[in-house]
Amino acid sequence: MFAFLLTRIFRALLTIVLVVTFAFVVLRMSGDPAQIIMGPDAPPEAIAAFRKNWGLDDPIWLQYLHYFGAILQGDLGISMRDGQSAVELVAERIPATLQLTIPALILKLALGIPAGIYAALHRNSLIDRMVMAGAIAGFTMPSFVLGLILVLIFSVTLGWLPSGGQDSWTHAVLPILTMSIGGAGILARFSRSAMIEVLGQPYIRTASAKGVAWARVVRGHALPNAAIPVVTIVGFMVGSLVAGAVVVESVFSWPGVGRLLVVSVANRDLAIVQCIILLIAATMVVSNFVVDILYGFLDPRLRSNQAKA
Amino acid sequence: MEDHMPLVDIRDLKVAFDGVQVLHGVDLTIEKGEAVGLVGESGCGKSVTWLAALGLLPKKATISGQVMLGRDDLVIASQRQLESVRGRRIAMIFQDPSSSLNPVIRVGRQIEEAIGLHRGLTGKAARAEAKRLLELVEIPDAGRRLDNYPHEFSGGQNQRAMIAMALAGNPDILIADEPTTALDATIQAQILDLLARLRAEAGMAVVFISHDLGAVSEICERVCVMYAGRIVERCPTAALFRSPRHPYTRGLFGAIPRLDAGRERLKPVEGTVPEPGKMPRGCAFSPRCGRATEKCRTSLPILSRLEEDCDVACFHPVLEDAPRHSSRKSAEALSMLELI
Repeated sequence: MFAFLLTRIFRALLTIVLVVTFAFVVLRMSGDPAQIIMGPDAPPEAIAAFRKNWGLDDPIWLQYLHYFGAILQGDLGISMRDGQSAVELVAERIPATLQLTIPALILKLALGIPAGIYAALHRNSLIDRMVMAGAIAGFTMPSFVLGLILVLIFSVTLGWLPSGGQDSWTHAVLPILTMSIGGAGILARFSRSAMIEVLGQPYIRTASAKGVAWARVVRGHALPNAAIPVVTIVGFMVGSLVAGAVVVESVFSWPGVGRLLVVSVANRDLAIVQCIILLIAATMVVSNFVVDILYGFLDPRLRSNQAKA
Repeated sequence: MEDHMPLVDIRDLKVAFDGVQVLHGVDLTIEKGEAVGLVGESGCGKSVTWLAALGLLPKKATISGQVMLGRDDLVIASQRQLESVRGRRIAMIFQDPSSSLNPVIRVGRQIEEAIGLHRGLTGKAARAEAKRLLELVEIPDAGRRLDNYPHEFSGGQNQRAMIAMALAGNPDILIADEPTTALDATIQAQILDLLARLRAEAGMAVVFISHDLGAVSEICERVCVMYAGRIVERCPTAALFRSPRHPYTRGLFGAIPRLDAGRERLKPVEGTVPEPGKMPRGCAFSPRCGRATEKCRTSLPILSRLEEDCDVACFHPVLEDAPRHSSRKSAEALSMLELI
């Protein structure tokens, strides 16, 4: 078990390093921050000074070494735009993002999983077909389209809810709905197929054959097995809590991490972009790690494999 | 009249899936405490008969006829009534023991669940009973093994655990649906011995579904041979081995390797079972039968008394006795119908 954990942690760190490196290289190669931040009219001397100041004249491998060395000391750099610490800038945006993503996650789980289970239990019924049609529509529609449709209905036509900003809880309703619908659709589909797969297994017939009532077969025998594949998707959703709202935050002008990312990319504010990417990679890796541990709890077959590893 | 009420009386049981008939009217009685074999190739309706009786077929199945358990007809019984029959009056074990137990629940817990349902025992009492049952099916170190998961059991042990679970409700009848098919030969023999012993001790009836005539002869006094959704021959095991009357049964015996036959080729039953929905008009076996005549192709032979205790559904039954057949011992050592 200890060796299992150790290899997992090592692999997690390696993933983060690779993501950060990749982001570093791509960002440096995709445009000159000096030009963009100083503006098109800036005199060449000012740009040269800026480049020198930020070390942009150094060869890329040297920049990388500086950057990496700083990370190891816990220094993620400062914004090229206003000189504030990148970590602070990003950190102060996190609560706003979580205000959207956590309720959205709860809504996805609360809608998607029961709908999927119900559809599986009433396979090929009218409700099953309706749930699946809704699920497919939900997760195939891009969130900016869905967001705009919701704005059109609830803000423009009905006038019930504001279309953007962060002044009160009513402002959060439409972005949360926009984010939930696609995820709920994915979860509904996954739960349904996991459940259908499990319900066809011989042990379900065994449970019925020994006299267990159907409701209890579903609860006690089918659900614990069907949970295993669904946990993967939920883990992925938890992993994108911090960074999963890029598009929606932009559509609804919500001042969260996602919007900061969009603005910082446009500005080539390297430190901030890199800081957010590191944050995204870390949360994704951590949630994957938790999912792996959770698998062991849910599936005793994996537990014994983990113990052997 | 009351004295002669059989334990289970199946009358004209028919099953269709999406309108395609797979069971064409099965009549079968099981007396208290007797062991009956149900033999035939895959897909001939052996398992479907009992899954239908217990209401365990998928919803798309339409079932008609009667399955009388005492005075109750299980075909028209409510879900609640069926649940009180399953495991308590009629228990069933299945072909693939390793996937028939829930992989995420401890074996002990699965047995305790059945004990709780049928005997109202919970907690320590249920656990003690589960341990007793595991010991009864000869699992060593039963107390500790209760906490194992099915993947920590071997295939044979899983089948033993299934049997323990089936015994939890003290059923009147145990349906063993190919319980040894997925196991290797030595384990098969052990499970057969176990079933024979438990049957003798508990006095329960056993229906042994198999395509292995040898295994059936180990356990059963009576055998029903099924072909394409019908019973085609029904007689005591000894008589069946001495003189199989239906050409299909005869064919099955021809496909059994004989230890005393030297290097003789096995005679497979030529052809394949007709697909459901594409049944010939007359006898379903006629396309594969060497004795078939025009009559066989146009009209359907019904199961009728040929000689004492022996019923056959054939216009031209084989009347001469079988060539002195290999002993039961040689037959039981090999799973032979797979060779067909």
